[in-house]
Order: sequence, then C-alpha cells, then structure tokens
Amino acid sequence: MAEYQNIITPVVVRGPGHEGVALPYGEWSREGKSIYAYWLGKIGDAQIGPIYLGATGIASLICGFIAIEIIGLNMWASVNWDPVEFIRQLPWLALEPPRPEYGLSIPPLNEGGWWLLAGFFLTASILLWWVRIYARARALGMGTHVAWAFAAAIWLYLVLGFIRPLAMGSWSEAVPFGIFPHLDWTAAFSIRYGNLFYNPFHALSIVFLYGSALLFAAHGGTILSVSKLGGEREVEQAIDRGTAGERSALFWRWTMGFNANMESIHRWAWWFAVLCPLTGGIGILLTGTVVDNWYLWAIKHDFAPEYPLVVPVVPDPAMLEGAAQ
Amino acid sequence: MKIIIPSIIGAGAILTVAMMTTVGWDRPPIDAVQRGYRGLGIEHVYNPRVVDVALQANVPPAPPYEIDPEFELDEKASEFYENVEVLGDITTDRFNRLMLAVTEWVVPGGVSGEQNCNYCHNPDDLADDSKYTYQVSRRMFQMTRHINANWETHVAETGVTCYTCHRGNAVPENIYFDGDGASPSRGLMNYTAGQNIAGEQVGLTSLPTNPMAAFMGQEEEIRVIPLTALPEGPGASIQRTEWTYGLMMHFSQSLGVNCTYCHNTRSFYAWDQSPPQRTSAWHGIRLVQEINSEYLEPLQPLYPSNRLGPAGGAPKANCGTCHNGAYKPLFGANMAQDWPSLDSTPAVVQAPEMPAESEAPVAN
Repeated sequence: MAEYQNIITPVVVRGPGHEGVALPYGEWSREGKSIYAYWLGKIGDAQIGPIYLGATGIASLICGFIAIEIIGLNMWASVNWDPVEFIRQLPWLALEPPRPEYGLSIPPLNEGGWWLLAGFFLTASILLWWVRIYARARALGMGTHVAWAFAAAIWLYLVLGFIRPLAMGSWSEAVPFGIFPHLDWTAAFSIRYGNLFYNPFHALSIVFLYGSALLFAAHGGTILSVSKLGGEREVEQAIDRGTAGERSALFWRWTMGFNANMESIHRWAWWFAVLCPLTGGIGILLTGTVVDNWYLWAIKHDFAPEYPLVVPVVPDPAMLEGAAQ
Repeated sequence: MKIIIPSIIGAGAILTVAMMTTVGWDRPPIDAVQRGYRGLGIEHVYNPRVVDVALQANVPPAPPYEIDPEFELDEKASEFYENVEVLGDITTDRFNRLMLAVTEWVVPGGVSGEQNCNYCHNPDDLADDSKYTYQVSRRMFQMTRHINANWETHVAETGVTCYTCHRGNAVPENIYFDGDGASPSRGLMNYTAGQNIAGEQVGLTSLPTNPMAAFMGQEEEIRVIPLTALPEGPGASIQRTEWTYGLMMHFSQSLGVNCTYCHNTRSFYAWDQSPPQRTSAWHGIRLVQEINSEYLEPLQPLYPSNRLGPAGGAPKANCGTCHNGAYKPLFGANMAQDWPSLDSTPAVVQAPEMPAESEAPVAN
C-alpha cells in the first residue's frame, strides 16, 4: 500500500536512449548524447538529454545571462563589492527602478538606467524562450497549450514591469529586481492603493491560484488512487473507460455529485492555472489607472463589511488642527 | 517508512539550520492577545520570553536617597551655586540629588578614566561651562522640562526623565544621523534609492533604511493613501509609499508592537477605525520633529567630530530613543513623579493645542 503514497516513482524504466524523432530540414541539431541519472529517475524520467537549444534558445540564454549579470553586479556594488556582505545581504539587495522624477524618460545608468537595461534583456530573454517553446511544440506536432499558458504568466510580468508603468507614465511604478525588495514593493503597492484585498480581480486571481492547487491535489490523488487498476493510463481511459476511470468518476459523483472526466480534468486544470495570472494582471492594470483606493471603492459598491467598534473613535488630529500632515 | 523518517529528519535539519543562520526567528510559544473585533486579526503578538527580558531591562532606578521635607533647606540652587540657568528654581538639596542621579543615568562608570562629575564639569570650577557636555546637558534639561510641560498629548502624566533615553549611556543607544544608510559605493552602480539593505532601524526589512531623516528631521508628507475611490490627479508614488512604510516599521520595532497597535490594517488611513494609540503616535511624530529641530540639531556646533554622523550632523532622536522597544517607555513606569524638578518650567516653544470639541472628519 505504501508505494502508492510514495513521492518516489516505484518503476524506473531504463532502456536504450531515445534520441527523439527526426528533425525537419533546416532545424538545428540536438546538443549532446543522452545519459541516465538513477536518482532523477526516482522522481521523473531517468533519461537526461539530448537538449534542443536552437537560435532562440541560445539568444534567450545570452539575454538572460546579461540581465542576471546587470542585476547581480548592481547588487554587489551596493555593498561596495564586499563578497561576504554580498552573500549575507543577498536577499535584501536589489536593482531599483528610476525615481518618479524621471517619468518615462531614460535616466542616467546609475539612477535607474541599469534597471531599464536589465528589464529589457530579461524581457527579451523571456519572449525568446516563449518563441522557443512555441516552435518546439509545433515541431513535435503538438498543440501550443504550454506556450499559451506561459504567455499568461508573461502577461502578468509585462503588466507589472512594462504596461502599467507606461499607463501611469513612470518607470518608478515598476517592481525592483530583488528578493525581499520585490516583496516590500508588493506590500507597499497594496497599502498605497487602499488594500488590494478589495480588488475583485485580485480576489479572482487568488481563487484560481488556490483552486489550481486544489485541483492539482484532487487530480493527482484520484489518479494515484486508481493506478493499481491502470488509472495512470489517462489517454486510453479517456476513450475506452476502464474500471479505473469508472471508479474515480464514481468516487467524485458519490462525494460531490459531479465529476470531471479523464479529458476535461486537464482542461479544468489548464484554465484554472492560466486564469490566475490573467485575472491578476487585469487587477494590477486597473490599480492606480482606474481605481485609486480599493477599500473606498468597495465601500462605494457595498461589499466592504462594517464591524462593530470596540474602541472609541478618534478624530484625525491633523483635521482638528489644520496642520500640514 | 524507509523514506519518511529520513525526510522528516532532513526537513527538520534544514529548518534548524535556517533558524540559526537567518534573522527574525523566534522559538515558540508565540501568544496573541485580541485587541479588536473578533476575526479581524487585530491582535498583539508576543513571545513571553522576549517580554520577560524586556520587562527586566526596563525597570526605572529609584532615586539615590529620599529627601526628608522636614530637613530640606529653603535655599534655591541659584542662590547657592553660580551659573545655574535651568535648575536654579529648585532647592539646593534637590539640585544636589538630581546631579547625583543624572551622573548615574548618563555616565555611571565614568568616561575615559575621568571622574563621573568631570564628564561635564571642570573639577576646579564646577560653574565653568566651557565643556561641550556641560552645555549639551543644560540644553537637555530644558528639553526635558519642555516635553513634560507641553507635550502631555504624547507623554501624558507619565512624563520623561534623562533616564528615559540615556539608560546609563552618555549617548542614548537608539538615535539616528542624517546620511545614515547612504550607499557605500561609488561610480556607475551606486544607486540604492536609500534602501535594499537589511535596515537596522526599520525592522531588518529592505525598506528605506533612514526614513527618520525624511519624516523626523525634515517634515515630509507621511500620508500616501488617497481619500477617493477613483484617481484624482497624481498621487504618491510606490517608492514614496515605501518611505512611509519604513517609518511605520521603525515605529513597530521601537515600540515592540504590530501594525494593529495603531491601525485597522484593512484600511491603514482611516481614523474612524483606528485604535486611540494612533493619536498618541501622531503627536509623538510632532514631538520628535520639534525636539530634533529646536533642541538637538542646533547643538551641532558644540559636538566634537566623534559625536557627529556620517554627513556631519548632530545625533537626533527617533521613536526608539525614548521607547527602547517598549510600547510605553519603561513600560509606563511613572519615573518622572520622583523628579518634579524636571517638570516645572513653562514652555519655551509652544506645542499645538488640541481643541476639546471639534467635528470628526469623515474618512469615507
């Protein structure tokens, strides 16, 4: 019984390396020979490689390397090139976008220019990687679902770092490149716009985020639970439903009255995952451009609840005194 | 089971190493006290071990001896001593006791091999005011009296003494300088926007490391949240917001409290949902602004260079200078009542008065 609850794949298939189907004329060749990795075989396919790099893959890696290099060197410079401090402070360090005074103009390198450059190369790298994913799927005769799912994530990335700053007229609205700094930016963003909790698209995004995790767990659990009956052969089960498919469908009908089928569960999962960044991006794009204070917006539209007061109401002292702040 | 046990041990080992090598971890228990309406997370979170340490570190010292009123001579300090500008209106007995106490509060062990009194005084002529420490402490007595007499909106009846800030140090432990947190780097990659380093005054976040310079030295606008649902002209930038956020982290760290001590976090700006502590904090900001600009900054020419900051400025006060990690300095112990002489002078600088009755602002 324990083997069905295990994170380790019980069966590691090891045969002659599969070098892939013949490539169409004009394509780059695949790099390297395939090798076998026993431990990786415990969690995935034991065969590693060959990998297809291609022109877009090479260009994407170069652009990505340049972006990471600009970010990393700026971080290192901010601790005065001290290697120990660089490691110790790494989670705190960042490459910051320009100050608001610069608007959408191009600032000097050491006042946000590096941030623009890093952003350009990072975006180029991501877009080239998208082209590569699209082209590889086409070359294999697959659909392009993975590419479009990735595009949904790119949409959120572009809204945060490019589209919304354009709409607001300032690069300073964008996110810094850094581990804690981008989290502080997120909290400051929510505070500045009166609490993102009251942004309905933010709420939708969270529904799809948590929903994706729930669906992933439910699907993984269902398939593993019937794998001893052949349930992991989902493609066959979609067309010719066997006892594994029947039992898993019946399980969900018994427990919640309705069930996905062997094909539709993957459409549910794909849309839940894709809608998370799609709705999130809409929510971010509306913030500051269309809505300035989400809490007040929620009051205006009657969905911010009122709570009983348990402390005496205090007036704003600035209003009482006519003070500057 | 073969896999589960090593996995648990491995995860435990990783967490233990992470706890020991990174900052901000606290061993349980973590207790919470509800301070607002149920279900809103308006609660104070604390660790009793940390509180125990703080309680022991915040016990005010008793006066060095009691003065028996029967034997107290009715002689003013200004009559007995020369050159007593500030404390001349109290009796010589009280003056002497205060001088003894101040020495214990500020330079208990003596400094640089000098005798304690000699930190400020010329031993050959106690009335000689040529030492910078003498002049600074004279101004500090004025400041203490001013705060106790005019800032009841913040210090209430509890008041402050020298010990509130000094705690046995010649220079209080929690201070700031203009220019703290400036990028150490030169050249083409020196832009940090005043942030993105573990900020010791802002709760070890990567927020702007010296928000006090903007809000307690200068008086820049703290409020960043718009009062209308829809945009009406350009508002505060997110970077601006991070400065305010940094200031708020400084509050939180200096007082040992959460955001919800002063705010309902669903709506940080709204006064109609804020606990009354927020009003005290509002006055506290103005108090610090005033003592920095009226008392501390003007002392700059007196200081030797080792007392000045990286940009050559005088040491300045922030919330932590008095609070030292407690929501009320010394956890509200009324130490000033033992020292009425520190609370007996009319205002030098008038603080704003709060009218008793006024219409409450409509926040939404």
